[in-house]
Amino acid sequence: MKFGIVTFPGSNGDYDAYQSVVEGLGEKAVYLWHKDHDLQHVDVVILPGGFSYGDYLRAGAIARFSPIMREVVAHAERGAPVLAICNGFQIACEAGLLPGALLRNASLKFVCAPVSLRVENASSNFTSAYGANQLITLPIAHGDGRYSADEETLDRLEGDGRVAFRYAPDALQAAESYNPNGSMRDIAGILNAGGNVLGMMPHPERAIDSVLGSADGLPIIESILHRVAA
Amino acid sequence: MTRYRVAVHVVPRRGLLDPQGKAVADALHTLGFAGVASVHVGRHLVLEIDAHSESDAREQTSNMCGRLLANPVTEDFEIASVSAV
Repeated sequence: MKFGIVTFPGSNGDYDAYQSVVEGLGEKAVYLWHKDHDLQHVDVVILPGGFSYGDYLRAGAIARFSPIMREVVAHAERGAPVLAICNGFQIACEAGLLPGALLRNASLKFVCAPVSLRVENASSNFTSAYGANQLITLPIAHGDGRYSADEETLDRLEGDGRVAFRYAPDALQAAESYNPNGSMRDIAGILNAGGNVLGMMPHPERAIDSVLGSADGLPIIESILHRVAA
Repeated sequence: MTRYRVAVHVVPRRGLLDPQGKAVADALHTLGFAGVASVHVGRHLVLEIDAHSESDAREQTSNMCGRLLANPVTEDFEIASVSAV
């Protein structure tokens, strides 16, 4: 399986994404430059974290008009998988691949910390290697992660099982302090209607080995491998 | 073609949590401006556009807001002024 990792000016999670695929699972990966028009026949696209275009105007607002994004949108419209992480999630929302938007953290602080998440949908293309309602720990690192959408959209996401991950208290946390950014309904990651695009603020690619503090991110890439290879 | 200077306000949509606006309001209250009921922090953009007419400049700006300058999900925009340069 071949993964394509898009590098925008200001991306900083692209190398981690590459490592998670190549070192973590021994699969092939290529970097895709934002000015390219060619996806190089990759099976899966990863939109990595970072600060594309310095987050000017709004996070992801300018990156979505990069030449490569036209190809990424076409790839997604064909039903092929796109994993959009952190800034990639912001870009995917701006590009209309996912509904809603990511606004400034309610605390106004940039938060860089491991967070506890609950797997809400363990049967999607990206989450089938998890158990239902499994609690996992992944790192976050963002200032604009407060997922927001209108009530109708939120109801539809929940009703259709498109909330992939929610922030959730672990055994040691106070019930009121587990949501790190004030996101609506504690949403940390969502799927598109076709189930082939996952956007999430936490960083699975930074949690692929217990040496890094957590290996809870690896099942996402394993899930993609199982489904796409099947 | 005439060159127009167009000023646009982009503000967070009413009803959405605006932590930045709330922080500014809290600071103003601390300074003693007790009458401040609310603050919303947005962006002010000034564009210079070559257009056939004032309404053309307005229409172009409106399209730009819809596609890039404002997020239709979370923000509202208002064209504050259009004047020939």
